[in-house]
Amino acid sequence: MDVLELSRLQFAANITFHFLFPSITIALGWFLFFFKLRFNSTKNVKWMDIYFFWTKVFALCFALGVVTGITMSFQFGTNWPGFMNTVGNVAGPLLGYEVLTAFFLEASFLGVMLFGYRRVKPWVHTLATFLVAFGTTLSAFWILVLNSWMQTPQGIIMIEGEAVVTSWFEIIFNPSMPYRLIHTLLASVLTASFLIIGLSAYRVLKNGHTKILRSTMKAVIIVAAIVTPTQIFIGDLHGLNSFKHQPQKVAAMEGHWETKKGAPLVLFGIPDEKQKKNHLSLEIPKLGSYILTHDFNGEVKGLDQFENEHPPVGKVFYSFRIMVLFGLLMLALSWLGVYYIIRKQEFPKYYLKMLFFMTFSGWIPTTAGWYVTEIGRQPYLVQGILKTADAVSSVPSAHVSITLTIYLIVYAILFYAFISTIFYMARGATDKLSNRLKEIDLGDRRSAAVKISS
Amino acid sequence: MIDTIIHSEQWLAYAFAFLMGLSMLIYGLLDGYDLGVGILSYYAKDKKESDQMVSSIGPFWDANETWLVLGVGILLVAFPKAHGIILSNLYIPVFIMLIGLIFRGVAFDFMSKSDNRHKKDWYYAFFAGSLTTALAQGFMLGSYIIGFEIDTLNSKLFVFTVSISLAVGYCLIGANWLIMKTTGDLQKKAIQWSKLSLVGAIICIALVSIGTPISNLTIFNKWFVLPNFYYLSLIPLLTIFFVLWMYLLLNKLPYSDDRYCWLPFVLTIIIAILCFVGLVYSFFPFIIPNEMLIVQASAANSSLMIIFVGALIVLPILLGYTFFVYKVFHGKTTDLRYD
Repeated sequence: MDVLELSRLQFAANITFHFLFPSITIALGWFLFFFKLRFNSTKNVKWMDIYFFWTKVFALCFALGVVTGITMSFQFGTNWPGFMNTVGNVAGPLLGYEVLTAFFLEASFLGVMLFGYRRVKPWVHTLATFLVAFGTTLSAFWILVLNSWMQTPQGIIMIEGEAVVTSWFEIIFNPSMPYRLIHTLLASVLTASFLIIGLSAYRVLKNGHTKILRSTMKAVIIVAAIVTPTQIFIGDLHGLNSFKHQPQKVAAMEGHWETKKGAPLVLFGIPDEKQKKNHLSLEIPKLGSYILTHDFNGEVKGLDQFENEHPPVGKVFYSFRIMVLFGLLMLALSWLGVYYIIRKQEFPKYYLKMLFFMTFSGWIPTTAGWYVTEIGRQPYLVQGILKTADAVSSVPSAHVSITLTIYLIVYAILFYAFISTIFYMARGATDKLSNRLKEIDLGDRRSAAVKISS
Repeated sequence: MIDTIIHSEQWLAYAFAFLMGLSMLIYGLLDGYDLGVGILSYYAKDKKESDQMVSSIGPFWDANETWLVLGVGILLVAFPKAHGIILSNLYIPVFIMLIGLIFRGVAFDFMSKSDNRHKKDWYYAFFAGSLTTALAQGFMLGSYIIGFEIDTLNSKLFVFTVSISLAVGYCLIGANWLIMKTTGDLQKKAIQWSKLSLVGAIICIALVSIGTPISNLTIFNKWFVLPNFYYLSLIPLLTIFFVLWMYLLLNKLPYSDDRYCWLPFVLTIIIAILCFVGLVYSFFPFIIPNEMLIVQASAANSSLMIIFVGALIVLPILLGYTFFVYKVFHGKTTDLRYD
């Protein structure tokens, strides 16, 4: 393999592994804030038990996100110098603002949120929880602005091969940003929701029902049941937005080889890039045109319009279908849960087992979705402006392959450690406060602790 | 007047060079004590002691590490040409540092949360990750000083010395952090560690201070020219003064009421700043020694101005809440507890 392919693989490996953790923390931060607010208003310590268990999970995910994220910040320079040289005027300020406004905020208040419960006033602790969630989301905002701009660039002119900014408003509010931002934030909500539901189901299966687990599951299943259909709807809008601005990406997603009026909806098939057709495809006539143009005979651009300028079809085509499949699975499971909640029935064992299997299911559609959008932009790094091949560095390919191998080994170790630790924590989790300290006023406990420590 | 300043590219380049230097210095000091404590954790006598050491840095390490991201970010954004040369020359050491930082960072969380079978491994990973990071950073600093030309035996020896020196320096500030944050046996131990590290640091500072001007003629000329030499000799003289002060102080610590337990830490910061100023003076106005000037590497333009204005607004707020967090966790370390 040459440096380009190796560097792409390395970047893909690093960012895929990195994003597993922010995809949890972005929304989990807000869930924590919600648990804290519930405690503040009800004074029921069961909410603090939930809060403390999930702050531990949050801390673990956050640490993994930070250390893998630092790797990313070096990768721009070590492997893709052409990126900053060409669009540094756009990417620089966006990345700079991410570090200045978001990274420091979340990292600083994380300490107060995790270890400050007995050291600061209750409202300060609530504020710290809010600021961590806010910082995490703000960081997602900046990076998604940059990513969306790479998909649908505007607000610049090219002078001597360098992007020069003409309008920051146009850069920040580029056409795909609102869709991609909401789609990604909701993906995080679903990832965190199914993690919470799945681990709670696991705890029920292992240690039996408790009141806390039931109320957590109920609340979060309802969230998932509302967010999943919303996400499918937003995803559809996002697709229409891509159809308008990046038709070659949608053509690859849909497996449309030829420009057609009344294009079919390809449910499944095996795209063949040499023969430029799909094998064994299962199609619904004219529905593709209807979804994309709202007209059964609307014209849909095929890949034939983008000779040598379209992404690899198979990867985009399959990733898209995996994402949709998991979306539907999540919809079915969350609505089934709501059915049990409405009927006031206990969750049956088979349902709990299914939830347990879906604990980390949010990762699959999230990752697949990112593959659709990122591979779907190829061969460009910045759509229409900079090709990926022109941005790669000239480091020896041996260096890239050695480091790639070690990264993969390290990630495998961390992945195994993370999953096993999460389940270990769930097995050991007890509802300490609600069981043993029911009567103790938490405010007194805090001031007593402060006295001891000072 | 303001208009000419805004449109003067050089002004902005130097401002960013200053910000970058500042971030790197703050990173070295803050993550320096984290990494130092990490290295010293190898010598903890039991699990309780290493837990105490880890607890002392628990609430801080995350934010400390962010200064590195800021420093590298400024290099990337403001000096793209230098960034390319520096990081492609340091491809392998950067990679080794990142692996070290990964293990150090996750070990913090895994050591308290994983099952008992693997706990020990994570304590070890915490130490090994800290040591690897420190050595890799020292290697990078050393290569940078000699302009990435590591072919002769002398240059190899020099880079090796700087690499060890930085690790020793981190141990010193880490030990002094522990003197400030702990009590009892661990504090007494930390005082011993600090003395040993100080002796090591004296040797290292001397070797590097002699080695740098020898290995680089330009630097030699900058320091040993009259009358500059008279003013500049203030830097080594002050360094010697503070080092002696710390040495005498360490022999007396701990006082019965734990007076001055914070002083060694503060003295280390002053010494580190002096060393840093010496280093900066040696290279200014080059961003890559002998090869590229700050103004040549700068991407000065309107985009930089936007970051600069943002930084001016955000940095005071950032320093404000950093101060707040240190105040919250001020005083001797207690067990880190979530609930």
